Amino acid sequence: MNLDINKIKTDFPILNREVRPGTRLVYLDSTATAQKPSVVIDSMKQYYEMSNANIHRGIHQLAEEATSMYESARQKIARFIHARSTKEIIFTRNATESINLVAQTWGRKFLNAGDLIILTEMEHHSNLVPWQMLAEEKNLELDFIPVTEIGELDSTAYDRLLEKNPKLVAFTHMSNVLGTINPAKEMVQKAHDAGALVLIDGAQSVPHFSVDVNDLDADFYVFSAHKMVGPTGIGVLYGKEKLLAEMPPFLGGGDMIKKVHLRSFKANDLPHKFEAGTPAIAEAIGFGKAIDYLSAIGMENIADHEKKITQYALQKLQVVENLKVFCPNVTERGGVISFEMGFVHPHDVAQVLDHYGIAVRAGHHCAMPLHEKFGLPATSRASFYLYNDYEDVDLLVIGLQHVNEMFA
Amino acid sequence: MDDFYRELIVEHYKNPTYKGTLDPNDFTYEDENPLCGDHIRVDLRVDENQVITEAVFSGHGCAISQASADLLMESIIGKPLDEVKKMTKETVLELLGIELGPVRLKCALLSLKVLKAGLYGIGNIEEELSEI
Repeated sequence: MNLDINKIKTDFPILNREVRPGTRLVYLDSTATAQKPSVVIDSMKQYYEMSNANIHRGIHQLAEEATSMYESARQKIARFIHARSTKEIIFTRNATESINLVAQTWGRKFLNAGDLIILTEMEHHSNLVPWQMLAEEKNLELDFIPVTEIGELDSTAYDRLLEKNPKLVAFTHMSNVLGTINPAKEMVQKAHDAGALVLIDGAQSVPHFSVDVNDLDADFYVFSAHKMVGPTGIGVLYGKEKLLAEMPPFLGGGDMIKKVHLRSFKANDLPHKFEAGTPAIAEAIGFGKAIDYLSAIGMENIADHEKKITQYALQKLQVVENLKVFCPNVTERGGVISFEMGFVHPHDVAQVLDHYGIAVRAGHHCAMPLHEKFGLPATSRASFYLYNDYEDVDLLVIGLQHVNEMFA
Repeated sequence: MDDFYRELIVEHYKNPTYKGTLDPNDFTYEDENPLCGDHIRVDLRVDENQVITEAVFSGHGCAISQASADLLMESIIGKPLDEVKKMTKETVLELLGIELGPVRLKCALLSLKVLKAGLYGIGNIEEELSEI
């Protein structure tokens, strides 16, 4: 089914603003953060205006309402990614915090000196640094699945790494730079056959296509609300219940406890064991609304739309002189295109595009090792979401031609 | 934005007057902006009164970082080192004649950062740079 982009665009108030008088916004930076539809914004406003209260403890009407709204968001998320139970959905600040949570609880408890963690060369810093920190603390080994020239993970090298008896494999479901969608299910199965657990960074996948954590058999799966038309400040750690139950708590404080004595405490049941202190209640409610919004449109339809836009863009960009797409021949690709423009610095590309109201990202996109591998200090990146249309791509192409004119 | 890019910045970026290296030199220092990998090196020669007689920069970066480096080199020639040490971000912004957001500000100030870090010596960098 084709998306009704004109209707969708009206759902997002920001897309109707002018960046400068007379210049409409062409937002091509959804990989950094997505825009928010009014239903999400309104749900948070309504919570603050009508039901604001702290959750789980209060015995009054507002607290009951707030608790029920917060927990119903958790149910929506569990259903959305096909988790078996809400006990497997832990609210965090974002995908980054979710990864840190696993590193600092599961990692600290179950990993020992010399244990191997397999990562990949295409990881976002958020799936590198938490493991580097843990490796330093516990003397762990880190190894990396290489990225091929095409921009995909080297599966032969992965097989060889698995022979080294890793304890954990952590990889991104979709690269935020190359757009590569990794064969997650197959990779999980191989890791399990080798006796390793698997953490998948789903920050770029959950917003863009249907994800079934049960079918993938992922042990941990993390993502952020703000990249899927939800608010900032809230994310999710999905973990298999059995694993989460064995893990010690992360942060200590209110709500994560059952009982507290002066010198000891008893941790709360899942999922609350990992949610210390007053959480981001309004954001959880907004997150739930974001899931409703995406579900109503349908993740298959969104994925399909992004695929069409991306193919169209890849083709259109060929007419731009000096432009070279970073790994154009990735087989399974999401709506992300990174590129370089001859000697024109990515900052200058972005600044000139900004003049025409076009928002792209310029830099290393929190993936310095990947850029280093390909010998690039930085790239420009255009990314697409459900609210982008063919005209957005056409305007990007015109903008890039202006870049060429200016720096020719 | 368009006009300044087209005229001043692009001109200095494409045809910098003070790009190069000096060998021998009395002073050389380099650093980079981790945000974008921009890299700048500054080489100076000074006379017996510690007045700058020659100043050049080298490296790679965006138009703003390169243009501001070119303008900065032009402005410090003939100045005593002590005076250069006192230069601030306002000095560079005045040279560029534009207003910049916090992200692009880092690009514009990279050359000043390199220059001051070198002049003050490693030990005092952090404190001084927090001022920039």
